[in-house]
Amino acid sequence: MSASAEPDAVLARNSVPRTVEGAGSARRFLFVSAVIVICAWVLVPIYLLLVNTLSSPQEVTSFPKSFVPSFDFGSIQFFVSFAGVAKALWNSILVAILTMAMSLALGAPAGYALSRFEFAGKEVFRMLVVMTRAFPLPLLALPLAIFFIRTGLDDTAIGLALVHTVLAIPFAALITFSLFSGIPLEFEEAAWTLGCTRWQAFYKVVLPLVLPGIAASAVFAFIISWNEVFAAAVLTIENRTLPAFLVQNLNVSPLHLKFAGGAAMVIPALVFIFAVRKYLFAMWGIASR
Amino acid sequence: MAEIVIKNVAKSFGAFQALHSIDLNISDQEFMVLLGPSGCGKTTLLRIVAGLETPSAGEVWIGGRRVDRLPPRERGIAMVFQNYAVFPHLTVFENIAFGLRMQKLSRQVIDERVRRTAALMHIEQLLKRYSGQLSGGQRQRVAVARALAMEPDVILMDEPLSNLDALLRLEMRAELKGVLDASQTTTLYVTHDQVEAMSLADRIAVMNEGRIVQASTPVEIYRNPAAHFVGSFIGNPPMNFIPATPVAPGEWDVAGLRLSGPQAGDSLEFAIRPEDLDVAPGGLEAVVRVVEPLGPHTLVTTEVGGRLFRAVLESDMPVAPGDELSLVPKEGRVRWFDPGTGQVV
Repeated sequence: MSASAEPDAVLARNSVPRTVEGAGSARRFLFVSAVIVICAWVLVPIYLLLVNTLSSPQEVTSFPKSFVPSFDFGSIQFFVSFAGVAKALWNSILVAILTMAMSLALGAPAGYALSRFEFAGKEVFRMLVVMTRAFPLPLLALPLAIFFIRTGLDDTAIGLALVHTVLAIPFAALITFSLFSGIPLEFEEAAWTLGCTRWQAFYKVVLPLVLPGIAASAVFAFIISWNEVFAAAVLTIENRTLPAFLVQNLNVSPLHLKFAGGAAMVIPALVFIFAVRKYLFAMWGIASR
Repeated sequence: MAEIVIKNVAKSFGAFQALHSIDLNISDQEFMVLLGPSGCGKTTLLRIVAGLETPSAGEVWIGGRRVDRLPPRERGIAMVFQNYAVFPHLTVFENIAFGLRMQKLSRQVIDERVRRTAALMHIEQLLKRYSGQLSGGQRQRVAVARALAMEPDVILMDEPLSNLDALLRLEMRAELKGVLDASQTTTLYVTHDQVEAMSLADRIAVMNEGRIVQASTPVEIYRNPAAHFVGSFIGNPPMNFIPATPVAPGEWDVAGLRLSGPQAGDSLEFAIRPEDLDVAPGGLEAVVRVVEPLGPHTLVTTEVGGRLFRAVLESDMPVAPGDELSLVPKEGRVRWFDPGTGQVV
């Protein structure tokens, strides 16, 4: 009797965990394949871009293709020595940094005010901030160009940065609004009772806590400017930013130059985001470990 | 040395009148508790003293100095918040040192004071941790240590124990009382928990609907409530109330029982605490509805004159639902309230 009961028990013991295990492995399979798909989605284009950038001009146009870069710097050399690239790159960085600084300088206080104070028209203001994004830039192009020419802002980094700032401010204001809203007012009040002025409480308590988010919105503003091509193409002639410069020149350029130009656009953005990734992911406590 | 004087303080938020002309004196080193149901204005009053809210009218004086227009940092106060507000980006040490660094004290003084207050609150071993690595009770201790390290004239506490579990609350309550007694500061403490208020306070100010209904010692508030509200809010179970009708000057009919009372008006409210009743002949006729043995005594819910009426009886008293009891009010424990104003007569 016990002999017949035992196999049953073993069977029961084995069969129950097996179904659970089955569900577990199916979940793991789904998870892993989702991770692979998402990684491929991002990495394959970048990989192809890099392979072609790091191949000689001949390899880029040849067939069949090799998927291992030959580390020939011919394309890059050609791109870098291409007249105006270095200057355009410098302009892009300058405009992006100016945009970053101005959009945060204007957007972050707006975000703080939106999260901390009650004032008439607050909701309308928030709506309007978003609405600016809905306004078609091409409509503004001509009046802006004329205005810029009259005031001497045309073809300057600061002039273009002003336009990019307008594009980036809604994001800066709304991202910082949600950041500040995530910091309990009690923290600030505690700091006030411990001897801080409003400003001291802000930079000793609130700022350190929102810094990761501020970094994220700074990167965001940087990328908005870095990628923006329309205003850059309309408002600059000599001092073109890289996207505007590429739009102007690459149409008529050979393929390897386009790849090198694409890489030049993508890599700085990637590097920048990689550099601040800690601030992008991390909440306090995780970061400090 | 700091007494708090609150003169005629009122506060309105738009059309809502949160505080109606509050007057309250808190003497030096006194432990004053503001007690009331939620929305009664007790936290608003505390925040006005702290300087986190501006009064619509009236004056606040701390230590002989008028402070109602000063920012919180110039008032000589320290505050413990309901959610502790322990800064998450600083270690426990830096949290406690925060206010001291603002005062630009020397490193030795800061170090010494942080360690002393940390020892007082039993958190010496946590000084290098971050808030995220602390339990609620430990965070609470850090918040209190941070306030004490300031060596303030006045400590303000806004429901500091309400987020702790019951056991921890009991432990912290006793500890807070000891620590605050020893620190010799004036304390203003907000709570909605009457047991907390009774056990901590030198004096309790009972608040309701933006007014202080009664401010007195815990025993006085319990024994001699100044208003119907105090009697019904303080005490668990609360006071019993029965409407009384006059039968002769100074003689009142209370659910069929003739009692002598004050000579006033043509209607009064008879009130008695559940533990001030004896089972004896010639009392209020009560029909037992529910019997709850609680160990040291038995809580009996009865019906007297069609109203719920509770009595706390000896636990060896044999009672069962359906029994009829005669409950005699103890000598000197009956209170009479004016049903119109709710005030004691």
